Amino acid sequence: MEPNLLTYIWKNSKKEQTVALLIILASMPTYFLSLELPKQIVNGPIQGVGFDNPGDIATFMRITLPLPDFLYSGEPIVLFSGVDFERVGYLMALSISFLILVSANGIFKLIVNTFKGRMGERVLRRLRFQLFDRVLRFPLSRFRRTKASEVSSMIKDEVEPMGQFIGDAFAMPLFEGGQAATALIFIFLQDVYLGVLTIVMVSFQAWLIPRLRKPIIKLSKQRQVAARTLSGRLGEIVEGISDMHVNDTSNYERSNISSILNRLFFIRFELFKRNFSIKFLNNFLLQFLQFLFYALGGYFAIRGTLDIGQLVAVIAAFKDLPGPIRGLINWDQKRTLVEARYSQIVEQFASDSLLEPEKQTTTVEKVGKITKGFSISNLGVVDDTGSTLLERTSVEIGVNENVAVVGPVNAGATHFSQVLSRVILPTSGRVELDDTPLEDLPEYFTGRRVAFIDGNSYFPQGTILESLTYVLKHQPIIERMREGKAKTAHEDFLNEARLTRNSELDFDAEWIDYENIGIQDQDKLISRIREILVLIDLEEDIRGLGIRGSLDPKIYPEMCEQILQARQIFRSRLKVLGFDSFVEPFDPEKYNDQSTLGENLLFGTATTPSFQSDNLASNTLIREMLRKQGLEQSLFEMGKEVASTTVELFGDLSANNPFFDQLNYMQADDLPEYRAALARIGEGSLDGATKEDQELVLRLPFAYTETKNRLGLLNDELKDKIIETRKILRSALSELEHPPVAFFDPDHYNPAATVIDNILLGRVASNVAEGPERVFQAITDLMDELHLTDEIFRIGLDFNVGTGGKRLSESIRQKLHLARSLLKQPDILIINQALNTLDAKGQKKLLEAVLDKSRDSSHPFGIIWVPMNPALSQVFDRVLLFKDGELVADDTPAKLVNENELYKSLLAN
Amino acid sequence: MATLVQEVDILRKIPLFSGIDPVKLKLLAFASERVEYDTGQNLFRQGEVGDAAYVIVHGVADIIVETKDGEIPVAEFKDNAFVGEIAILCDVPRTATVRAKTKLVVLKIKKEHFLGLINDFPELGIEVMRELASRLSNTTNELSETRRELEQSKSK
Repeated sequence: MEPNLLTYIWKNSKKEQTVALLIILASMPTYFLSLELPKQIVNGPIQGVGFDNPGDIATFMRITLPLPDFLYSGEPIVLFSGVDFERVGYLMALSISFLILVSANGIFKLIVNTFKGRMGERVLRRLRFQLFDRVLRFPLSRFRRTKASEVSSMIKDEVEPMGQFIGDAFAMPLFEGGQAATALIFIFLQDVYLGVLTIVMVSFQAWLIPRLRKPIIKLSKQRQVAARTLSGRLGEIVEGISDMHVNDTSNYERSNISSILNRLFFIRFELFKRNFSIKFLNNFLLQFLQFLFYALGGYFAIRGTLDIGQLVAVIAAFKDLPGPIRGLINWDQKRTLVEARYSQIVEQFASDSLLEPEKQTTTVEKVGKITKGFSISNLGVVDDTGSTLLERTSVEIGVNENVAVVGPVNAGATHFSQVLSRVILPTSGRVELDDTPLEDLPEYFTGRRVAFIDGNSYFPQGTILESLTYVLKHQPIIERMREGKAKTAHEDFLNEARLTRNSELDFDAEWIDYENIGIQDQDKLISRIREILVLIDLEEDIRGLGIRGSLDPKIYPEMCEQILQARQIFRSRLKVLGFDSFVEPFDPEKYNDQSTLGENLLFGTATTPSFQSDNLASNTLIREMLRKQGLEQSLFEMGKEVASTTVELFGDLSANNPFFDQLNYMQADDLPEYRAALARIGEGSLDGATKEDQELVLRLPFAYTETKNRLGLLNDELKDKIIETRKILRSALSELEHPPVAFFDPDHYNPAATVIDNILLGRVASNVAEGPERVFQAITDLMDELHLTDEIFRIGLDFNVGTGGKRLSESIRQKLHLARSLLKQPDILIINQALNTLDAKGQKKLLEAVLDKSRDSSHPFGIIWVPMNPALSQVFDRVLLFKDGELVADDTPAKLVNENELYKSLLAN
Repeated sequence: MATLVQEVDILRKIPLFSGIDPVKLKLLAFASERVEYDTGQNLFRQGEVGDAAYVIVHGVADIIVETKDGEIPVAEFKDNAFVGEIAILCDVPRTATVRAKTKLVVLKIKKEHFLGLINDFPELGIEVMRELASRLSNTTNELSETRRELEQSKSK
């Protein structure tokens, strides 16, 4: 990358910079005219100069060449002789032309600014993309020292101020410089001494200011680094947040961030101070020059060496000087700052071992298979601390072989597998794949034909399906068809991408290369995935996620229909299954004894906080409804009863007594508050209580469940009334534009609820042993029976894995990594101590399944496996045994077990 | 619908709780879960670590000892029986399996609740101690009786 920002900007926007300059020049005449006109309006028609007698006329649109007074003071050069008007007409004509000029001026400004803005954004986009591109091509070893959040802070925030500067990078100094030069020349023409004086002062300024700026540049680099450190540390702290909690280091982190912020503060403060001092000095120097003009120029005038007219002209010209000079100084200040930023960033992104772009291109040709395999001769690897990881290793591994690589800890087995998968680079020797040195092979070959997994279980946020198919997305395969607006938007995208040298590949195209893995479409892909997941014992987990997942009726209308059917069947079978005593479906006509009173009233899930069960007591709409139905008073009495019983039962307990766990409608801390409220209310009714007390007490019945709390407070009369109110509430809320509640409806799918809740649409009594488990099993069986497992599996694939995949257990994540490397159908699969979260039995089972698959005659592939447990190597055809970074044995496990002591001892452990 | 009041009545019939203040019993009843079992379901199995005791509200439960030769039912418990109480007083594995012989409704009293109650009301502990001591004395009596019978039958 260019080491200098201006060079970079010029190189990447010279055409646009020139156009911007031309537009600015073209806008000049209208600009000067619009300054000139007001004077004419006031002098002419308003003050009546030239309209001394009624009937006098004036000439409009007589255009003279607009030259500043100091350049030309003779008779104006006439360009257009004009039209004659009387006084009022002349006023109107002038005023209207003023309006036109001002508008034209504004439009010019708009055009220039838009143009400059777009130019800046384009260069910025190109710069960002270029930096990101370098990140993708950095050698992997570099990321051991790079913090992710620092990279993102550099690409996102640090380059941002450059966007604003780019538009002014060339136009501004040329324009302002031109104006300053004109004024300077004029002063020179008037008086050589004053001219020299001005030149000397301006040159002194031009010499002094950059020197004063040096510490500013240094400071601004420091500020940049400090800010970057801040974002790097913030990123690290968030990533290791659990470490902070378990080790009580929150205050250490606080102090760390505080010290960084402190450094940042003083750097910024110092910057401010210095910037303002320079500004002060600049202004002072210019004013000092003015002082010299008055004093010296005046002196010369008195002495008679300079005539007064000349002095006045010089001073007038000088008045035009400070503006442009200040502009230049400001521009230069901005330039130094962004230049400093730029060079800082370029330094960070410089690397002499970037991967050549050709290694990462897409390819139109079909990528051939690996035919021979690895050939390694005299391989040596030394890490950055200088210790030897591997040496003198020579071996050949054929394409369809299955090989276990074992050895004592850190003996080289792991590093050997990492070299083969290009995660680390060899320091000496040769590693060839199909007779080509590994480092010369493009990523589109190795990335598609070789799969590698290790203990890493990271997934970016996305669905399981996206996580799995990630490895198939090498390049867009099928273009997306676009019509109308979308089509033009895409053309804009392509156009801009071309102009800014961004990637022109269509992100929304179909990227999955079905053909490459021998299938036709997405349906086949899903069944392929399913086969693989069955193989590695993960399919059931995914279906479990599916049944607890939710689905969007807009995307899967048919599936929702089927689930509704399943709901009806499940309900009709409750008795047969023996569930009728403890599964209580939601029925709009019945009070559900397993639910709270509030839930019975609302009969749905709240979609806004004010309708959540904690807030029902303070919800004015609900309260009003209760009052109208005559329920408010009885619920208040019920609340009082609950409160007094609870205070009686729990009042003497210490706050950490485990009994409080059973108290589902109140917290231990609330007890004193309730005791006080009860004392205030006494025998009084609802209306006598304060608003706070009313809400406090009414909160209790809403959270009350008779079957759980067993205080015997609900009778049939009250239940009937609640059902009645439920209906009225529902019809009232349904009329709202955005109903705050998703109602339970036996005939409709509830998109806010999970699949299993949709089938159940009711409550399972908590007091039946293994109730929820039995219901879950019954519903899973029902899905099988209705042949809905495919759908459930499909929903499971849409489960969102969360950031870093953290919503899945680590063993599932590791299995998914294995699954997707199998999905890729590689010719060689390299597995380095992956699956370490599985138990020995699980690892063995998976290993056998994968080995079995690798021998499948339709798609055989080779396996190079570094097992966690060396004993697992016995099922392989061949074992490579490493010791102290060297290959010491290479044979069948059967032979090694008899002849090699090291191998024997490894197995014994 | 069963209410706390009824449950308190049941608890009061259990000797271990008979001396306890009714208000405290109500608290215990409130905190305990009412659980239903179908015929054949296990309340707990022999060898498990116990965390709760059970009061049978109605139904019949089998006490089964698991041996190498299979399961041997040793006793039956009916209404108001208190099962598995040793586990909530000290950390010993379950000495037998308890299985629902009919449809069974029980009150499940968790160990932490029972101990929490004693923690807050030490006089409860004294009641429990008294009950346990009287059981121990009974058992000791029975033991010496049995020993004497054994001696007698040996000497014959």
